Amino acid sequence: MSVREMQAAPLESVTGVARAGAPRRRIDLSVVVKQLVLLLAAMTVLLPAYFMVITPLKTQEAYALSKLGFPTQIYLGNFETALRGGRFFLWFGNSIILSVGAVALSTFFAALGAFATSRMNFRGRNVLLSVISSLMVIPPVVMLIPLFLLLTRLKMTSTYPGAILVYAGMLAPFSVYLLNNFFRTIPHEIIESALMDGASPFDILFRIMLPLSSPAMMTLITVNMLWVWNDLLIALVLLPEDGMRTLMVGITVFGSRYNADVPVSMAGMLMASVPIFLIYLFGQRYFIRGLVAGAIKG
Amino acid sequence: MLRTKPWTPYLYLAPVSLLMLFVFGYPLAAIFDFSMRRIRGASGPFIGLENYRQIFKDDVFQQAILHNAQLLLAVPILVLVGIVLAVLLYERVAGWRVYRTILFAPFIIAIPVIGVVFSNMLSLNGAVNELLRAIGLGFLALDWLGSAQMALWSVMAIIIWHEMGFGVVLFLARLLSLNEEIQEAARIDGAGWWQRLWYVTIPQLKDVTEFYAVVSVITMLAWVFPFVYVMTRGGPGNATQVMELYIFNFAFRNSLPGIASAVAVILFLITLALMIPLFQLRARAEMEGIE
Repeated sequence: MSVREMQAAPLESVTGVARAGAPRRRIDLSVVVKQLVLLLAAMTVLLPAYFMVITPLKTQEAYALSKLGFPTQIYLGNFETALRGGRFFLWFGNSIILSVGAVALSTFFAALGAFATSRMNFRGRNVLLSVISSLMVIPPVVMLIPLFLLLTRLKMTSTYPGAILVYAGMLAPFSVYLLNNFFRTIPHEIIESALMDGASPFDILFRIMLPLSSPAMMTLITVNMLWVWNDLLIALVLLPEDGMRTLMVGITVFGSRYNADVPVSMAGMLMASVPIFLIYLFGQRYFIRGLVAGAIKG
Repeated sequence: MLRTKPWTPYLYLAPVSLLMLFVFGYPLAAIFDFSMRRIRGASGPFIGLENYRQIFKDDVFQQAILHNAQLLLAVPILVLVGIVLAVLLYERVAGWRVYRTILFAPFIIAIPVIGVVFSNMLSLNGAVNELLRAIGLGFLALDWLGSAQMALWSVMAIIIWHEMGFGVVLFLARLLSLNEEIQEAARIDGAGWWQRLWYVTIPQLKDVTEFYAVVSVITMLAWVFPFVYVMTRGGPGNATQVMELYIFNFAFRNSLPGIASAVAVILFLITLALMIPLFQLRARAEMEGIE
């Protein structure tokens, strides 16, 4: 069963809990223990989030007195300081350009490639597919030195096209892998009938396969966007200029700059996290499904 | 299969193949070449295996490898925590959907954010120590990331914090695809919770467990750079130095790409070796219906 189906599964069909639990009146001790374990895990997860939300609302003095306490007075000046001290809008803009550009390019190229690997016969198909799935595991740090030297020679460091090409390439193996697997599940009869109507392979890909693949596409786009958005290493190396910093590089620098002023530092972290958080709450299933499918794509 | 002209498939494959040759093909060939040269700027003379001899003599590199190996201790913890929490969610403990959303959330949050938040919380006068003092465990309070003995373990705990939710979701997906009759039969036969976990659930999860373990091993050896870079830069001293950071420092800080490439080759070969079990396990997991 897939993660999506599991969300749809009715409670009773999966466990006997509802049936067995109803007639019993006394509180089961094991239920309490289970709740406690989950509560503890949830609190461990939420503590840093709570810290990140609560700290920016305190003045430095209030923070010095109590790190985890609720602020007695809400203070919003930290956000102002953070916005003056960091170029958040620029960093956001750069991250958006890079992730949209890289994901668009890799998705388009990967769809073309996956169409061939899933629906056409050619020599070396299986070899190609296994090479592609091994590339998914190789960490980017391994490729980074030659890429940096090459881009330097081409005068393409600190440029959008240079970084977009590299990101798109890093995403390509996973994209081909996922789309190839999905394209294979599309019934052949649909394609057959389109062929009868005189459709070209190009029509079949763009008029039939892609429209039918929208759930897989959403998953792929979500996971890949998140990958580029959250990358630190590649951005650090290939985009060294101040004006080209991504959000991840920006907040890393920001974090060490405001090392001594924790409320301002947390104000910055909070502002940087809110958009992704909202997207997660609404598109949770795409994240979960995609990351489980991608498994090794970290 | 579509009937096409013989060159049509290659036409469709050309763009993505060129992209992958640029990002993977050329660099993977180049690191082997670079690793045998003394490079200043863009190229340099061939020196055979000298770079490799250098790094294996280097204490810092030895420490980096040792630290990566120590981080592997997180793998059994991740597996254990993942299974236990997934089983609890599977049992539909009240509020399980909310718990699932919460537990998976750290996996989405950007590592630099996590790094900055935790470095503040774990400092000597930070929130974690305040909490410890408040509950009477003040004697445990210490500079978690600043102490050479503790730093690596603190980093490891934070990596576990970040990665944990992924395991939970993976195990949960597997549990939901299992035949529950076996669980039910064990229950009717009077098996307790622990007995069912140990004799029924864990054996049923064997394939996913192995798969997740290999993925986690790869993570610990080759995907920890952002944690270390943001929180400690490898310090204090070299207490949290790891292979990826060593590559980064030698290539982009010390301008010795030859040395860095030799380490990149080693890291590449390690991931290559781990790929074999990974693919076998993934093929098996896929056959059993894990997406």
